[in-house]
Formats: sequence, structure tokens, C-alpha cells
Amino acid sequence: MRTEDLIKALDADARDRSMPLGKAWWLAFGVAVLIAAAVFFMTIGPRPDIMRAMHTMRFMSKFVFTLVLAASAFALIRALSTPGAATGRAAAWMFAAPLLVAVAVILELSVIPEADWGRRLVGSNMMICVSFIPLIGLGPLAVFLGMLRYGAPTRPVLAGAAAGLLAGGLAATFYAAHCFDDSPLFVATWYTIAIAFLTALGALGGRFFVRW
Amino acid sequence: MTGKDEAELSRLLRAAIAGDERAYADFLHRIAVLVRGFVRRKIVQGGIDPEDVVQETLLAIHVKRHTWRMDAPVLPWVYAIARFKLIDAFRRRGRRIEVELDEIAETLAEPEAETVSERDINRALDGLPPAQRSVVSAISVDGRSIGETAARLGISETAVRVSLHRGLAAIARRFGRQR
Repeated sequence: MRTEDLIKALDADARDRSMPLGKAWWLAFGVAVLIAAAVFFMTIGPRPDIMRAMHTMRFMSKFVFTLVLAASAFALIRALSTPGAATGRAAAWMFAAPLLVAVAVILELSVIPEADWGRRLVGSNMMICVSFIPLIGLGPLAVFLGMLRYGAPTRPVLAGAAAGLLAGGLAATFYAAHCFDDSPLFVATWYTIAIAFLTALGALGGRFFVRW
Repeated sequence: MTGKDEAELSRLLRAAIAGDERAYADFLHRIAVLVRGFVRRKIVQGGIDPEDVVQETLLAIHVKRHTWRMDAPVLPWVYAIARFKLIDAFRRRGRRIEVELDEIAETLAEPEAETVSERDINRALDGLPPAQRSVVSAISVDGRSIGETAARLGISETAVRVSLHRGLAAIARRFGRQR
């Protein structure tokens, strides 16, 4: 087929218009939040003493970490799914959540006696943590990978990893409302492992599922 | 020159997205010239038909035009898609060579011709369901309008538009990266 002929066909199809990608991302994010919320409330749900916990720094700090991770991953994945978009600044923001966690870990180590470090790190919930963050994040990850197909990521594996981080940040936000282990030592270890799992899964999804 | 191109092309694509078909045709013709120049500069050895990459890029630009942010420059977007499709072409070429080495004892066919024609849109067109194929080829190869195609095939204009849209999307998907 001549290129001229192809252009005729494309031009005749000009009228069909899909939702702009930016708008579609917000919609997908909303759907992902609903899915994560549904899974969360149907399974583990929030801890019973959540109202009291909300007055403690350690409990609230978990949401700062997870929400900063989700927000920065959302900005990154939007940039990665748009050809030619600058990704440098969004990528730099990905360091924000790990830095906050690192600062919190240092503070925790300085105020907690050494004898207690191990107990706080292991916590009481680690198996639930490493299984429920991926479980809550699975639905959102599928939504985000679907969005990457709708978009046009020129680096699909990286974009898939960003989808995993976004799903992880979102799932961890919900999970944090359930978990009794509020120490940054616990968060830095088990949340990271759980989110890393989703990230690896996302990268695989980007590799094999995101084609255009 | 690039600054002027940029402003003009952004204007055309914005108009096209707002429903101006003339602007869209104009945009695609200009983009084809730019992408052809880019692809020909990058392909220094044989085995890849630059025009195939041009066509795949145009098709990708078409089915992914909702990924362009209207307030962002259009040329970086166009070239990012062209580069992606070009790398894809190189990659497939690389893999095909490996396959050829493995099977060289058995087949003495012409792998060179195979490589080029497999990526040709004609092949993808042949793979479409008959209804979509007849619509896409009536509009592209025969150059008919939506109305003429509808009358000739005895179906509604809406049906023609739907078949055209699905057919183009299917061709674009076929050209999607296979890994």
C-alpha cells in the first residue's frame, strides 16, 4: 500500500475520537481506588482502634510515605505513557518516599533503645503485610497496565514498573489502616518487600502485555 | 524552521482533533515527509524498508493521537513514536537473522524479501476479516469516500466508519511490538 493511500484511510477515520490520555488516567485511578477499597473492606478492613491510632505520629507517618509514593508514581506513569514527554523531574520525585522513610528510620533508631529494634522490625503482622499489599494491589495493577496499553509508553518495562509502584503505593495506603505495626523499621522492611513484588510484576506485565 | 513547523503542525493537529478532516490530511502529509527523512537518515543498511516504518509510524500516530497533550509541542511526540517504531523494526530484523541462521540448512528461500513484505501493510490488510478489509481497501487503495464505499457495499455509512476504525486498529495492533 502506498503511504498516500494509507493517509486517505487514516483521514477518513479522523472523526473517531478517544478520551484524552490525561483524563483517562484520572478515571483509571478512580477505578483502581474503588477496586482496592472493595478488596480491603471485604477482607481485612481497618484496625478497630483506628480513631485512637490517628493521634499517633507513627501511624500517620505511614500514610505520608504511601501517599507520597502513590502521587510520585502517578506523575511518573503519566509521563512515561506519553511519547516524548519529559520524565526527568517525575523520576527524581520517586526518591521522595524512600528518603522520607530513611529519615523516619533514623529518627526511630535514635529514640528507641537498641534492644527493641528487632521486635519493632519483625512486628506482629509481617506475613499479612507481604501478602495483603500485593493482593489489594493486584486489581489496580491490572487497571494501570490496561492504561499503559491505551497510552503509548516508549519504555514499556519501565512504565510497567511504575504501574507496580503506583499500585503498591495505593495498596499500602489501605493496608496501613489495618496494620498494627507502625514503626518505620517495619514499614521500611515489609512494605518495601511487598511493593517490590508488585513492581516486578508490573515490569513483567509491561514486558509482555504492553504492546503497541 | 523547526519552530515554524512546530507551531503549524500543532495548529493542524489541534484542528484535526476538533474535527477538521482537511487539517488532518494536511498534518499527516507533512508528518510523513518529516518521518521519512528521519527514518532514511537512521537506516543505513538494507533489510528494512524505510517506507514500512513510515507507514507504521503514521498508523501509530493515528491510533495514539489521544496521547498527545494539546498544550505540549507536537514534534517531540511525533519523533518519539517514530523512534519507537524504528527500534522495533531493527529489533525484529535482528531476531529474524537469528532465526535464519538456525534454519539456513533447511530452507534456501529468500529471507530478505520475506522480511520486507511481512511488515508491509498489505499483508496486515489481508489478515483482516473480509468486511473490514473491503472497507479499508476501498477507502485507501481505491480512494473512495465513506459515502461511496457505503453505497458500493450496500451498508450504512456508520457501518463503514466502524469497519474502517476497527480495521485500522487491528492493523496497528498487528504491528505492535512482538516480544
